Amino acid sequence: MTTKKNTTKSTSKSSSTKASPRRRAVKSAMYRPSDDDLIAFYRQMLLIRRFEEKAGQMYGMGLIGGFCHLYIGQEAVVTGVQTALKDGDKVISGYREHGHLLAVGADPKAVMAELTGRSGGVSQGKGGSMHMFDPARGFYGGHGIVGAQVALGTGLGFANKYRKTDNVSVAYFGDGAANQGQVYESFNMARIWNLPVIYIIENNQYAMGTSVSRSSSQVELFRRGESFNIEGKQVDGMNVLAVRGAMEEAVKICREGKGPAILEMKTYRYRGHSMSDPAKYRSKEEVKKMRAEHDPIDQVKEMILKAGVMDEAALKDVDKEMKSIISDAAAFAQECPEPELSELYTDVMA
Amino acid sequence: MAIEITMPALSPTMEEGTLATWLVKVGDTVASGDVLAEIETDKATMEVESIDDGVVAKILVEAGTDEVKVGTLIAILAEEGEDPNALDTPTKASSAPDNQGNTAEGAKAETLTEVTETAAQPKPAIVAEDVHIPDGTPMQNITVREALRDAMAEEMRLDPDVFVMGEEVAEYQGAYKVTQGLLDEFGSERVVDTPITEHGFAGLGAGAAFAGLKPVIEFMTFNFAMQAIDHIINSAAKTRYMSGGLVECPIVFRGPNGAASRVGAQHSQNYASWYANVPGLIVIAPYDAADNKGLLKAAIRNPNPVVFLENELMYGESFDVPDMEEYVVPIGKARTFREGTDVTIISYSITVGQALRAAEKLAEEGISAEVIDLRTIRPLDIDAVIESVKKTNRCVVAEEGWPQCSVASDISAQLMEQAFDWLDAPVTRVNSVDVPLPYAANLEKAAVVDADKIIAAAKAVCYEE
Repeated sequence: MTTKKNTTKSTSKSSSTKASPRRRAVKSAMYRPSDDDLIAFYRQMLLIRRFEEKAGQMYGMGLIGGFCHLYIGQEAVVTGVQTALKDGDKVISGYREHGHLLAVGADPKAVMAELTGRSGGVSQGKGGSMHMFDPARGFYGGHGIVGAQVALGTGLGFANKYRKTDNVSVAYFGDGAANQGQVYESFNMARIWNLPVIYIIENNQYAMGTSVSRSSSQVELFRRGESFNIEGKQVDGMNVLAVRGAMEEAVKICREGKGPAILEMKTYRYRGHSMSDPAKYRSKEEVKKMRAEHDPIDQVKEMILKAGVMDEAALKDVDKEMKSIISDAAAFAQECPEPELSELYTDVMA
Repeated sequence: MAIEITMPALSPTMEEGTLATWLVKVGDTVASGDVLAEIETDKATMEVESIDDGVVAKILVEAGTDEVKVGTLIAILAEEGEDPNALDTPTKASSAPDNQGNTAEGAKAETLTEVTETAAQPKPAIVAEDVHIPDGTPMQNITVREALRDAMAEEMRLDPDVFVMGEEVAEYQGAYKVTQGLLDEFGSERVVDTPITEHGFAGLGAGAAFAGLKPVIEFMTFNFAMQAIDHIINSAAKTRYMSGGLVECPIVFRGPNGAASRVGAQHSQNYASWYANVPGLIVIAPYDAADNKGLLKAAIRNPNPVVFLENELMYGESFDVPDMEEYVVPIGKARTFREGTDVTIISYSITVGQALRAAEKLAEEGISAEVIDLRTIRPLDIDAVIESVKKTNRCVVAEEGWPQCSVASDISAQLMEQAFDWLDAPVTRVNSVDVPLPYAANLEKAAVVDADKIIAAAKAVCYEE
C-alpha cells in the first residue's frame, strides 16, 4: 500500500510518492473554522463516538440483533461533509450509517431504538441497523447492498437537476463498494449529464477483512473517476478541517452545475467490520498507532485547547453532556415497546 | 444467372413493410453494397443494399407500396454479360416465401405468421367492464405499441414529475418504437437516453423516485433487467417497508417480457413469477391495447413500484381502445374475456390470445370455456378466479413460461386451498416446456404454449378424450 503519512498540518503533500508527478493529487485547502465551528465539530464527533461505544456495549449484551457496523474512528468524515451542506441537499449511505443519521440531526433516541428494534425507532423497528431513513432531514438510507447507494444517490442528484434546484446529493460508500460495477455505471451517467452528486469514498482501508491493496488494482481510489473525466481528490479523512475544506470545493462545483465530484476520505475504523469481526487481519499496533496519532476527536480537542476556545474542564463537561444524551437514548431504546404485531403488515404498499 | 433481390426483414418479428423509395432505376449499374431502396416498418427504416454487382434489370414493386411481405421478390439484377432485357421474372416472383420450411427464412415466416395470427385472432371491441365508459365514446383502433406510447404521453402531459428513461428511448424513438414521438414533445430532459447500463439506470431511477419523481424506466427487454433486479427488489420494492413508510418509490419498470420469435434462450424468458414473488411490487402483464393503455396509466399514477410486463409480439397488434381522456384501468382486477360454463381457462399477456382461440375451438366441440385474463399478477385477483371455478368446477392455467414455481403453480395451490370443494378435476397447468428456449423453429414452436396444448388440457379436465 502506498498510504501516505497523515499529518494535520500538511495541505500540499502529494498523496503518493510513487505516482508520477504529472498525476500528482491536488489537495483542497483546509477549512478555516470559527470558534463555534470547532465546538460544533467536537460535539458532533463526540456524540457519534459515544453513541457507537454504547451501541457496541448493547450489542454485547444481546440488546441489538443482526449486524451492527460501528463508525468509531471515521467521525470526521461525516461531520466535515454534512456541515458543508444546506437544506434540500440529499444524502445516502451504506450500512455503516449510524453516524450519518446523527450528523443529519436525527434524534439519538430514535436511532438507538431502531437498533433495538422498537416502535420508537426511526424506521419504527422495521429497518434495523442497516436500514434507517430520515427523508425529512434529507437522509435516504441506510442500504444494505454494497454499492447500491451509489446508483441511488446518483438518482437523488438527477432529481435535484431535473427540478432545476442548486441542491446537491452526497453518496457515501466504502473502499469495498468502490469495486462494484454499478459505481462506474453511475460515474458514467453522472458525468454525461453533469449531475450534482458528490461521491464520498470512505476509505477505511479494509473491505471487511480485505485490505485495499489486496482488492484494488488502483489503490488511489480518488483516481477511479479519471476515465469518466470526473475530478477526484484525496482527503485526510481523520482531519475534519481537511474534509470540510474539500467538501466546500466539491459542493461549489456541483452547485454551479459542473458536478459530479469524487472525494476519497482516507480514514480508519477502530473496530472490526461488524461487531462479530475480531479484526485478526491487522495488527493491534496498527490500530493503536492510528488512535494515538490520528484520532479525529483528539485533533479537534487540541485545536480547541490551543486556540483557547475552551479549557479542559469545559471539554469534560461536553463529554458528560454527550454521555448523558446517549445514556437517555439507551434507556429509551430499552424501555420503548416493540412494534405492535399489526405493524407486520403495514408499509408494504401504499 | 439473374440476382434476385427480396424484401428483407428488419427484425425477427417483421412480416411486412413499406417499400418507400427506389434509389436506382432500371438500367443502372450497381456495385455490391450500393443502396438500392429504402424500406420502412412502423418501427424502423432501413436501406436495402445490393448483394452483388450487376445491372438493374427489373423493378417489381413500385416505390410507395405498403404491406410488402418479407421475402417478396422486389427487383432483379442482371449479372455481368447478361442481357437485362432478356431476363424473365420468376413465376413465384411476387409471392411470400413458400411454407415448405426448406430454409430458415421460410421456417421463420411460418412461425411468425402463426404466432401473430393466433395472438390476433379474437379482438373483442368490448373493453374492460370495470372502467366506466360514457355512452357514445368513440373507439380508436390502435396498436398495443401506440396504446403504450399514448399512456406515457398523456401522463407526462398531466404530471411534470413523470419522465421516461432507458436505452434508445429518445433519439432512436425506442428500440421497439414504443416511445415514438415522446422526445419531440417532451424534450431530452424528460425523455432520457441512457448508456447500456441497466444496473445503473435502474438504481438511478429508484433514487430519483425516492426524491419524489415518477420515473418510467424502459428495459429494452426484461431479459436485461436481470442485471438490474437488485434495485428492483432490494431498492424499489423494500424501501417503503424498511423505512417504516417514510420513503416511497413511485417507479414503473416496463418493457417487453417473454419469448419473442427466434431470439434464443437468453432473450426469451417470462419473469412474471419472479417479480410476483416479491412483496412491495405490483406486477402487471396486460394483453390487449386498451388494457396496456389503461393499466400503464394506472401504473404511472401508482405510488408503489410497478413491474409492467409487455410482449414484443403483441406490439404490432391492433385493438379497439376507447377514445377518452381518462381511460385508467384499475390495478389488481382480472377480467372475464369470454364467459363459459364447463371449464375456466386462466391466462395473462400474450397467452390470453391462445386461450381465446382454444375457447373458440372448444366451443365447436361443445365445451363451453370461460377465459379469464389476470391482467395483474400481483396483487392477484384470486377472488375472480375462484368465482369462475365455482361456476365451472374445472380449471386450466395457461402461461407462457416455465412450470416450476410459476404463476400457474401458485394459482393451482391457491385453488386447492380455497376452492377444493368446488373442483371436479385437478387444476391443470399449461406452461412452456421446462427447457431454455431453443432457436430452431420447430423446437421453439414445440416449447411454447399454443392453443392446442390448452385445448388438450381443457378436454382432460372435462374428462373428454
